[in-house]
Amino acid sequence: MSATELSVFGRPNDRLRRRRRVNRVIELIAWLAAAVGVALLGVLVGYVALRGASQLSLGLLTKPQVPYALTSVSQGLANAFVGSLVIVGIATAMALPFGMLIAIYVSEFAPRAIKGFVGLVLDTLAGIPAIVVGIFVYGLLVVGHGQSGLDGSFAYAIIMLPFVARSTIEILALVPSSLREAGLALGAPRWRTTLGVVLPHAIGGILTGAVLAVARVAGETAPLLLTTSIVGQGIAWNPLHAMQTVPVAIYELADSPVPSDHALAWAGAFVLIVFILIVSLTARWLAGRSRRKLTGISR
Amino acid sequence: MAPTVSALDTTETTRRPFSGRRVRFGDTLLRVVAGGAALGAAVLLGLIAYKLVQGAHLALSTFGLGFLTHNIWDPVHLHFAAGAFLFGTVVTSVGALILATPLALGIALFLSELAPSWLRGPVSALVETLAAIPSVVIGLWGIIVLVPLMHDHVDPALHSVLGWIPLFGTSTSGNNYFTAIVVLTIMITPIIASLSRELFLGVPRELKEAALGLGTTRWEMVRGVVLPYARGGVAAAMILGVGRALGEAIAVSQVVGNGTFIGANLFQGGDTMGSKIATEFLNAVPPMEPSALIYLGLILLVLSIAVNLMAQLVVRRASRRLRG
Repeated sequence: MSATELSVFGRPNDRLRRRRRVNRVIELIAWLAAAVGVALLGVLVGYVALRGASQLSLGLLTKPQVPYALTSVSQGLANAFVGSLVIVGIATAMALPFGMLIAIYVSEFAPRAIKGFVGLVLDTLAGIPAIVVGIFVYGLLVVGHGQSGLDGSFAYAIIMLPFVARSTIEILALVPSSLREAGLALGAPRWRTTLGVVLPHAIGGILTGAVLAVARVAGETAPLLLTTSIVGQGIAWNPLHAMQTVPVAIYELADSPVPSDHALAWAGAFVLIVFILIVSLTARWLAGRSRRKLTGISR
Repeated sequence: MAPTVSALDTTETTRRPFSGRRVRFGDTLLRVVAGGAALGAAVLLGLIAYKLVQGAHLALSTFGLGFLTHNIWDPVHLHFAAGAFLFGTVVTSVGALILATPLALGIALFLSELAPSWLRGPVSALVETLAAIPSVVIGLWGIIVLVPLMHDHVDPALHSVLGWIPLFGTSTSGNNYFTAIVVLTIMITPIIASLSRELFLGVPRELKEAALGLGTTRWEMVRGVVLPYARGGVAAAMILGVGRALGEAIAVSQVVGNGTFIGANLFQGGDTMGSKIATEFLNAVPPMEPSALIYLGLILLVLSIAVNLMAQLVVRRASRRLRG
């Protein structure tokens, strides 16, 4: 006690030693934090990989679920994969053009004050909990009509919209203004310059943003739970009816008391994670390339 | 009249690739369509709020603001109030923030100041990956792995060491607030960490070097230069993390248990607003119960908007302070 207090007033040597010791302790803590983070990820992904990869088979991709089977039948998640693909595809088709238009307005036309306002709206939309989006779509579309894949797509599109719009705004901001000026100087009107010069120049980056939004949304469960979860058996391609999806299937199977259902849930989780990782890694790689192209830095 | 003059005019205009009227029409069209989309986003936000208020109207008019303070959820006698779920939401979110912040800041400092360059890339990629894992997968892992682990080992150990603190009472099931806190921590740590890392990397190099040049240790440099510089942004990242935790429904519903318990013991099962909606919504008996659940959703919406505005405000104030 007295030793440490004294050392503050003691020889500079003691003080320095103490400062260094504090520094070393803090550095150790930061190393530990990073180790814990990495370990957490390792445990999570490791578990999913261990439990999931062993369940991988062709049947997983080709056979549908067989709920309430009394005997053990071989079943897969084909119905869930089909539903997820269709729903995410339709959601992208809704959110991408809408988000691109918003970004075009913000970066090419909007006055400063409106720019800020639209940015605020997008941030607020992005912050709305997924389950609230689910309730909204339930109240808007499901009540009175029943669930459908389209309702799920609409909910997904709402979640994707702010991401697509934000990333497109960022990409359009990277397009050099000299390109716009060149188009205008040739006598092309604003709209020709925007659609014929600015967008084609940025299209790689815009699509990358859309792909990242797909990766972000593909595992969302809450909105689908309310809008497209009460499903029949077998594989269904029609988005006008409720469709089974991978996240909802995992959610339901995880709660089941049957061990074989858990195995199916792990398999679904494994495929979902692999999909998300591949998609987001590819997108990141493409993003690096298109950003280099836009900013003209070649490394 | 004056045909020569007009002929001269036409040659002038036909030379230009686009005549005036078409230019103005095309520009107006794109401006209107794109502006309409931007307006559409604002309308969508308004519509979400409107639909929730409409859906919750019955519960709003029956229970009023007392819904927030009372604690009862009785579908048989149609008496509903959010007290316990509000409590559960706040406890789990704040608990997750308390656990996640030091962890995330440690990771961010490691990535921005300490890690050797060959480790930086892989570790930041891993942190981003953790952020990309869907909540339902974390929930699956939570149910099957974490819940038994907490019940058999972690909860009893914490109780025997820290049992004199009311927070760590006796544990009857692994499905409890504390497990939910751990799951939420896993979800929000990468968010706070990656945002903070970018803030730390944004600190001007000459400021750091000036501090080190004065003979400070690395920690003193971080405390004196990096942390003050990034303070506003880190606060905003924490707020965004809490926002994410408040609204998480799926993973929490898988591990938090259920009930209307309010008390200090973290090893009790309960519900958050999100988990209550996720588990009950499709089974709710109209008209009152769904309306009460939508009321919960309305509270979540208001909370999430408030949290977002707060984060924006913090960022704006911090950037004004930095610009001087």
